[in-house]
Amino acid sequence: MECVFGLVGDGFALVVADTSAVHSILVHKSNEDKIMVLDSHKLLGASGESGDRVQFTEYIQKNVALYQFRNGIPLTTAAAANFTRGELATALRKNPYFVNILMAGYDKETGPSLYYIDYIATLHKIDKGAFGYGSYFSLSMMDRHYHSGMTVEEAIDLVDKCIIEIRSRLVVAPPNFVIKIVDKDGAREYAWRESVKDTSGAPTA
Amino acid sequence: MSIFEYNGSALIAMVGKNCFAIASDRRLGVQLQTIATDFQRIYKFHDRLFMGLSGLATDAQTLYQRLVFRHKLYQLREERDMKPETFASLVSALLYEKRFGPYFCQPVIAGLSDENKPFICTMDSIGAKELAKDFVVAGTASESLYGACEAVFKPDMEPEELFETVSQALLSSVDRDCLSGWGGHIYVVTPTEIKERILKGRMD
Repeated sequence: MECVFGLVGDGFALVVADTSAVHSILVHKSNEDKIMVLDSHKLLGASGESGDRVQFTEYIQKNVALYQFRNGIPLTTAAAANFTRGELATALRKNPYFVNILMAGYDKETGPSLYYIDYIATLHKIDKGAFGYGSYFSLSMMDRHYHSGMTVEEAIDLVDKCIIEIRSRLVVAPPNFVIKIVDKDGAREYAWRESVKDTSGAPTA
Repeated sequence: MSIFEYNGSALIAMVGKNCFAIASDRRLGVQLQTIATDFQRIYKFHDRLFMGLSGLATDAQTLYQRLVFRHKLYQLREERDMKPETFASLVSALLYEKRFGPYFCQPVIAGLSDENKPFICTMDSIGAKELAKDFVVAGTASESLYGACEAVFKPDMEPEELFETVSQALLSSVDRDCLSGWGGHIYVVTPTEIKERILKGRMD
């Protein structure tokens, strides 16, 4: 089951997502990147129906870029989050997207922020959040160990604790995770946590 | 589970002597899971008009955005704030527009009308207005809220006593409802000032 979670630290925000692409009982691949880099200082971690996830997040990414082209300045994280909620809300009663989103961003004026947007377009600004079956474990872990103003080391330590919980307690636990960070220097991939590597096929004779 | 109980909410508005109080809980949940404990349900449209929205959070947010848009346009055209009675009619009309595909929200409107007389009303999700002289309630804890308010309400309470009364009614009611709670958020409004307070109750 898809797990996405995130938290805000001291001058940065982290988003972590599992990397399995699953259809029913089959795992297509285990290195699928579900955290999109929206622009230089924004991350969009998404979980849900795979077609909707890719299409909707790409749509948001292109519209965020369009705004920057048209207006010469990038959107703030709050504005991008509200735009995303608006798109989900408009589609909700016509053709809903089944995508849950955690949007993290860094703005010079307001610092790091994390937004929870669920598939029925409920928007809320949060310090820590999670989606999926993994949320039952990661939210509790974060409730216990999170405090505001964590350093990157402390936050990664907490993320690792959450991943260990998910791996050991969730029956359909995804094996691999990707961690991305956004801070004043921009949005980038921080690390992978892999316990199963994709093999490159059986060796030939 | 009903769609009105998806996120969980509790709202009260109560009338005092030339003042009113409007209070909400602070939980945002997704069925059994709590997402946030600082969710804002009560919105201020102008200094003498507040509205709380219970029910599905996404529809509450959409409805709030549509109403703030309409109110701002009204302010530009009329060069004055909207009266609470007028606003209630506007909300009712907006809700009935979606009669066969409604917003899953129950609004609670509280304001001070022209002679500083407090005005409260609630409506169902398709805009049936319910005016009251004493108190109105909405949300998943509404049955408890009705009982608690009926028990402690007195006419013509001063702002401080009104604050105590509404706080007690809210906190005791949400304690009996698993979907609402995690504290309270209460506004006590008189013609001269607005007092906003956060309540700490059972944080579960």
